[in-house]
Amino acid sequence: MSPVFSPVAAGALGGPQWLIDRRIAAAEAFESTPRPDASAEEWRYSRIGELDLDGFTPATEFGNAPMPRLDVEPAALIRCVNGRVMYTDVDQELIDRGVHIGPLAEDENGETRLGSVAADAGDYFTLLNDAFMDWPLLIDIPRGVVIERPIVVTHHAAGDGGAAFPRLVVRVGENAQANVMDLHTSEADDHILMCPVVELDVESAGRLGYLKVQEQGAHTWQFGSVLARAEKDATVSAATAAFGGEYARTRADTRLVGRGAHGDLMAIYFGEGDQTLDFRTYQDHVAPDTTSNLLYKGVVARASRRISTGLIRVRPDARGTNAFQTNRNLKLSDKAWAESVPNLEIENNDVKCSHASTVSPVDEEQRFYLESRGVPTDEAERLIVAGFLGEVLANIPVPSAAPALKLAIADKLARQRELESAKMKPVA
Amino acid sequence: MSQLIIEGLRAAVDGQEILKGVDLVVGSGEVHAVMGPNGSGKSTLSHVIAGRPGYEVLGGSVRIDDVELLDKPTWQRAEAGLFLAMQYPTEVPGVALRDMLAASVRTLGDSSEIGERMRTEAERIGFGSQFLERPLNVDLSGGEKKRNETLQLGVLRPAFAILDELDSGLDVDALRLVSRRVEEATSEEGLGVLAITHYSRLFEQLKPDTVHVFADGKIQESGGPELATELEDTGYERWVSAPATTSAGLLDDPFADPFA
Repeated sequence: MSPVFSPVAAGALGGPQWLIDRRIAAAEAFESTPRPDASAEEWRYSRIGELDLDGFTPATEFGNAPMPRLDVEPAALIRCVNGRVMYTDVDQELIDRGVHIGPLAEDENGETRLGSVAADAGDYFTLLNDAFMDWPLLIDIPRGVVIERPIVVTHHAAGDGGAAFPRLVVRVGENAQANVMDLHTSEADDHILMCPVVELDVESAGRLGYLKVQEQGAHTWQFGSVLARAEKDATVSAATAAFGGEYARTRADTRLVGRGAHGDLMAIYFGEGDQTLDFRTYQDHVAPDTTSNLLYKGVVARASRRISTGLIRVRPDARGTNAFQTNRNLKLSDKAWAESVPNLEIENNDVKCSHASTVSPVDEEQRFYLESRGVPTDEAERLIVAGFLGEVLANIPVPSAAPALKLAIADKLARQRELESAKMKPVA
Repeated sequence: MSQLIIEGLRAAVDGQEILKGVDLVVGSGEVHAVMGPNGSGKSTLSHVIAGRPGYEVLGGSVRIDDVELLDKPTWQRAEAGLFLAMQYPTEVPGVALRDMLAASVRTLGDSSEIGERMRTEAERIGFGSQFLERPLNVDLSGGEKKRNETLQLGVLRPAFAILDELDSGLDVDALRLVSRRVEEATSEEGLGVLAITHYSRLFEQLKPDTVHVFADGKIQESGGPELATELEDTGYERWVSAPATTSAGLLDDPFADPFA
């Protein structure tokens, strides 16, 4: 029983009655759900045991949310702080074409859209989000509408000891298309708990690209979910760029429920210090002739840790499934640690599935080759790491975010070198 | 006028001495051929000069004029004017030739017109421009890799180049273009060359001033270009002692030609 995250507290949040009722119901369900621990397979290697949930209260402060860095003008910009929509700027053209972007509670379809994907993918922290989401945000693209420029969302959390529960629901109608970039940040010095839930719902032949850039502060704990569903012949690409947080767990589900649906799951990440980046992925093939492709590549430096457990599930009806899973890690220090655990659960014989994972240091021969052409050691390492991550960066949704991600990686690498050279300096 | 000076160079791999005192001086514009049998330490010589990891220098010196190279990291040796064309160029996924060269010439102090220089060099050796944007050596044939090495040599304009079996993997036409390009660099830019090879076919276009016979970790004999032709006919028997066997009765070098 949590005195802070109780049904009474959930019922005190505002909004229409249906939303209040749902929060209370979720809080009650949460209350009767035992806290998971690391003995369960999906929480193995996690730091769930260290979480002191009662040390947090719903965040109310308003910090300084950073602006996203993009090469193009977004089609819409929505800024949220502590799960509350603070600012929306949507191109008039989108509004004219029937696109709804704004607080979900104010939308006539809001009640049906909310939970349309997450209801079937509940866990301890999605329940907590259901109970304490403040202002869910809805992006609703009607049938046939194609939006070329990205829709940009920022989610910021602020306030020492604060807990934030951002909720984003994206629905792409039949044969519609959109790309969404979602930047998650938090105050650098505050101890923060962030439990974001993102729902991606793509209808027949729709195409949705979603990129979450996670740049939370060094004292933030994240338990997040990105939950996708694709109908017949739809394509959903969900990518995560994970850089921040002290412990950042992201669950990424892709459920392919319509024949011919396709899902891409991508991630790049860079762990440093004593960060833990924890990924749980689920490729769920429900319908026939569905394909999914997971490519996770990243770097672990210093004493950072990175976990990835991935389940490919092929249901009895999903004949003709193609499902692939690739995890590759570059290890920049002896203390860094990476583990990939693939799981297959296959209930149909007519399928192609594969998984591969590697953990290796920067290749000495590659570095030597570049150095032998006069490229300094640091620069050689930067090129090799950028080249290693380039395979993912070249294919991410919202390509206009790639240059900023490359810079973030370069910054992280430069910091490793500074730490390295500081360590080697003799004490005066 | 510069000199690449190798003096008393000794080096070991896994505690076993491979280079047993190499002395060699290459001047600007000169071409020195180093020829020898498999397992004689020729490639080790090139690796040790360039500073490849995995070798232990036991003694001696490698200098460009009065700059000692052996105490510098690999990239500073390149900065000092050294280039190594590798026998087996390494694949570097995701790093385009152009990006690497941009990073190299930045260090070497001239980043102007890199694209133009790459195109010019590619044309001179018949190397398709589609390779310029490709990741380094990835999915390249053996011959394409060697042209790629030659292109880099042309763009970077080092003072001295070590060519480690540049001829292997090249067909006759490509070999002619590549060796002619290196020959032109010696006359136009004063490039000094240390060419390591088994065969004299490299020297039809690239004319050696001096030929060294390399066996058992050191230079055994030096002579004029005619020595290369002689070696082609007679082989290295004269300089190679009977292969040593270990207690297990195996050849010391498992990669040596058993019929040599």
